[in-house]
Formats: sequence, structure tokens, C-alpha cells
Amino acid sequence: MKALEKLVNKVKPSFEKGGKFHKLHRTFEAFETFLFVQGRVTYTGSHIRDAIDMKRTMMFVIIALMPAMLFGMWNVGFQHYNAIGLFDASLIDRFLFGFFKVLPIIVVSYVSGLAVEFVFATLRDHEVNEGFLVSGMLIPLIVPVTTPLWMVALATIFAVIIGKEVFGGTGMNIVNPALLARAFLFFAYPAYMSGEVYTDTTLKAGQMLVDGFSGATPLSFGALAASGQLSLAELNSSLPSVMEMFIGYIPGVIGETSTLAILLGAIILVLTGIGSLRIMLSVVAGGLFMGGIFNLFAVNPFMEIPAYYHLMLGGFAFGAVFMATDPVTASQTGTGKYIYGFLIGVITILIRVVNPAYPEGMMLAILLMNVFAPLIDHYVVQANIKRRLKRMNTSTVKV
Amino acid sequence: MSDNNIQKREPLFSMKNRRLLSNPIGKENPITVQVLGICSVLAITVQLKTSLVMALSVVAVMALANVIISLLRKTIPPRIRIIVQLIVISALVILVDQILKAFVYDVSRQLSVFVGLIITNCIIMGRLEAFALSNKVWPSFLDGIGNAAGYGAVLLAVGFIRELFGSGSIFGYKVIPQAFYDIGYVDNGLMILPPMALITVGVIIWAHRSKDKSLVDVS
Repeated sequence: MKALEKLVNKVKPSFEKGGKFHKLHRTFEAFETFLFVQGRVTYTGSHIRDAIDMKRTMMFVIIALMPAMLFGMWNVGFQHYNAIGLFDASLIDRFLFGFFKVLPIIVVSYVSGLAVEFVFATLRDHEVNEGFLVSGMLIPLIVPVTTPLWMVALATIFAVIIGKEVFGGTGMNIVNPALLARAFLFFAYPAYMSGEVYTDTTLKAGQMLVDGFSGATPLSFGALAASGQLSLAELNSSLPSVMEMFIGYIPGVIGETSTLAILLGAIILVLTGIGSLRIMLSVVAGGLFMGGIFNLFAVNPFMEIPAYYHLMLGGFAFGAVFMATDPVTASQTGTGKYIYGFLIGVITILIRVVNPAYPEGMMLAILLMNVFAPLIDHYVVQANIKRRLKRMNTSTVKV
Repeated sequence: MSDNNIQKREPLFSMKNRRLLSNPIGKENPITVQVLGICSVLAITVQLKTSLVMALSVVAVMALANVIISLLRKTIPPRIRIIVQLIVISALVILVDQILKAFVYDVSRQLSVFVGLIITNCIIMGRLEAFALSNKVWPSFLDGIGNAAGYGAVLLAVGFIRELFGSGSIFGYKVIPQAFYDIGYVDNGLMILPPMALITVGVIIWAHRSKDKSLVDVS
């Protein structure tokens, strides 16, 4: 640590005004504050000073993502070895297989996204924003492990430029950049994002897939049921058990399968005060509510499965905990958060069970509600102003 | 754009008249600056061929409509001028539609209703109202050509990007070599969908405004 600090301080002058690399001082600054707490402090007026700046906050989100990521790596290996029939592969083997599959995706996501961030920070001469620290980790967790790396890079660059930089950078974006990256992949390369491509089935010499291997995710069975190609009995026998879905031994995108690991992340987010519990709970409530309604008026088999199944299927849990709670794109007001979260839950289930073309409703629901969040906030604030004006008027009458 | 170059060499063109042609292509572009006629940009720019045919159709309709309205400008009662303009445009659009059906039937089928919807293209109506009704025939003609060319230029640019990345071809000919596909390149399906046309237009507007700072609206 000491040696690193020395090095940073040694190269610092060449980035300061008049130095050789002054043009790149934003890049230097970003690395410096990434490694060490900022040396500068506020010097005007009275402020509350806290050791936790935005970079540290983002670090907590990364820590909260760790369980889902580590489990995801293991699950990638698990699904792979099961697909080739090596059911007795060891835990380490499975994890390492997943690790070496997932790591490149994470690296590509960070490198391409940060490259865009640094270019824009240098061009516009503002500090490199911290937001991408989290987005860069979220993107790998919401794509299938089989996604080609260049697609990940392209989607990341698209999301950072169109989703964030055009609006003015971190904190100004209307929609969640990580979800935008996924939406880009989903619509641009549908063959790589849907159906039965979630399991890595690259084979070495002498290996072959087990008989009857399909790799279909529970949600793709759901989509089949929604379009009437599976009966309820067939759907029930195709769906994994509740325990399997909760712990996450199911095919799916890298970080979303384990509801348990995501719950651990949720606890970290809520305890540190970073993620909004209101949003998480209201998303779940919305999902259960809509699932319940469909149970009552089921017209296709997918509508008949118990509502709580939906919470563990696909990206519902991951979206509720890590995506819907994004402090920039979610509603800011307390009441607004309930409305926003509830509607995400409702729309997710609606898209899932009514439209078989989009098995994963979570992404579209959150993106849609991201767009509506400012409107919800506006009306909540207006209602509050009206209420208080009324109260003031009545109190003056009393006096 | 090519008419622009040819006509520039002729002596008939005064500075002012040349501006009528060149301004709408750059500084006063109907799409990127006035943001008119967006619907057709979203609808028909999946392929370059349809974009080109659409651009040419709009050039023809717009130039002729401007000339006709300019000729009639003293006799049209102001109260019913919109209806007169609509009749003129509709007549021209029906003509264009028939010509397309006769000579390039397959393109005409791809364009489907959007040829008919030229009638509702805000740019044409806007130029008739703003220019042809109060200007002489020759400047009106140039203004029509200029604005349609500005519209067409954006149409072609969007069509080029969308066909290249969405289908890997230009004017229907494959330009992305098979070797690319062999090593894993895939055509971008989002480019075929209308939202990408909107984003492409947005990026063009972005580039245009960063080049010409006077267009940036500081409010």
C-alpha cells in the first residue's frame, strides 16, 4: 500500500497543471481516488464530512453483488458439467470452469465501458464518474454466459453513450444503463439472448451432450405454456422444484439464478442504506398481486402457477434488488417509490404471462418504469404541496 | 445533393438563391434542426433503396408543389389556403405513387402506405406555408429542392447506417464479407427496428450540433 502511495505521489506532478500529461489528468484523478481516499476536502461553508464518498458507496454495491456473482460462476460450471454428463465434477472444477468463462465478460464490460467514460471525461473535462463501477459489474451478471465478448463490448459502449453520456453522464441518465445494455442485446441479437442458449455447451474432444439435453430456462417453459404449447401438468413437470429455484441450480443468465444469493445482497444493500427497501418490497408485492390476479382468471397454463414462483423465476429477484433500486433512475419520493416498485412488479408478470414473445418481463418493466419515475415523482410532490397548502389554509382559519 | 452541384455552376444562381438550396441541407435542415418529417425517417429507412426512392419522391412532390402554390399564391383565398395546399400535394403524391407502381413495383410495395403519407409530411406543408405562399416561382422551386434534398440527405445517411449494420448490405448487395460472419459477426437486429432509426437521427443531430455551435439552443 505504502509503495503504491509513493508511486502515485511521484507521478502526480506530471498530471498537474503545466505537467506533461495534463490532458489526461482526469484519468489520473480517477485512478488516484479509486485507490485512495481523496486528499482534497471541502473548504467553504459548513458541510457534513464523511469518509464515505461515492466511490466507496459503489464499492458496497459491488460487495452486495459478490454472492450472486460467485454463485453465478459456480452455476455456469454446474450447468456445463451436467450438460456433458459429468455429474460428479468437483465443486472446484465447476467453479473454475465458470470463473474462466465469466471473468472475460467482466473484464470486457469494464474495459469498454470505462474507455468510453474516460474519453468523455477528457473531452468534456469533468471528473470520471463512479457510476460505471456498478454498471460494469451488473452488465456481466445479466447476460447469458454464452454471449460473444464483442457483443458485450458493443452493448456496453452503446449503453454508456446512448443511455448515459448523451444525457450528461452519471446521475443524469433516464434509464438504467446496465439494463439498456441488456435490452440492446435482446433486440439486436435475439438468437443469443433467448431460448436455450444459457448453458455453455462448448465441448472438448471426447465429450458429448447428455441425451435429452435442452438447456431451456424455466422462463422459456413458461413462455411455451403462455402460448398454449404446454399444458399445466407439462409445465409443472418441466419447472424445477421451489428449492432448486430458490437456491439457483437452474439455467439462466449469470447472476440471476440464485434467489438466495440475491437475498444476501439485498440484506447488505438495505443494512448499508444504499438500496431502498421500499422499492424491493413493493416490486415483490406488485409481482405477487398480479400473479394472484392471474391465478384467479387464468386463461393459459402459465397464469396458473403459484404467484410466488414468479419471484424466483428469471430475473425477477435480481431486478427487484439491484436494478429497480438504482438511486438515479428510480423514483425519489417515498410514496413514489411504492408506486414505482409496485408497477414494476405488476408489469413484469403481465409481460411474462400474457406475451410469450418476451419471456423476461423484468427488463422491459424496469426500463418502462424508469421512464415514468419522474412523472410519478412530479405528481407525488404536487399532491404534497396541495395537501400542505390546504392544511395551512385551515390552520389560518382557526387562528 | 447532386442537383445542387450541377446547378451551382449555372450563372442564374445569385448568392441568395444558392442559399435557398444549401441552407436546408446544413444549417436549416428540416430533420436535424427543425425536427420535422421524423415519422417517415423511422418507417422507411431500413434499406437504402427505399430511402432513395422516398427521397426522390419527396424531391419531386416538394419542388412541384412549391412551384404550383407559388404560381397560385395571389389567387388562393387565405381562408382556404390549407385545403388548396393539401389538394395540390395529394394530386402530386397520387401521381408519384402511380409512377412508382408502374416502374419500380417492388420498391413501391415496400414503401406501402408511406408514399401516400407524403401528403402528411410536415416539411412539405411547412415550406408551402412559410415560403411558397409569399415568394416567386423560381425561388420557391429552389427552396423545395433544397429542403427535400436536406430531408433526403438525412434519409440516405440513416438508411445507409441501418442497412449496413442491420442487413450487412448496401442497396441490397452484401458488402460485409462472409469471412466476418464466419468468425462470429452477426447482423444487428435492433438496426432493423424503428427505435434505432430514432437513435441514429439523434446521433446525427448530436454530431451536427457539436460541429455547428450556433445551433445549440441555450435556454
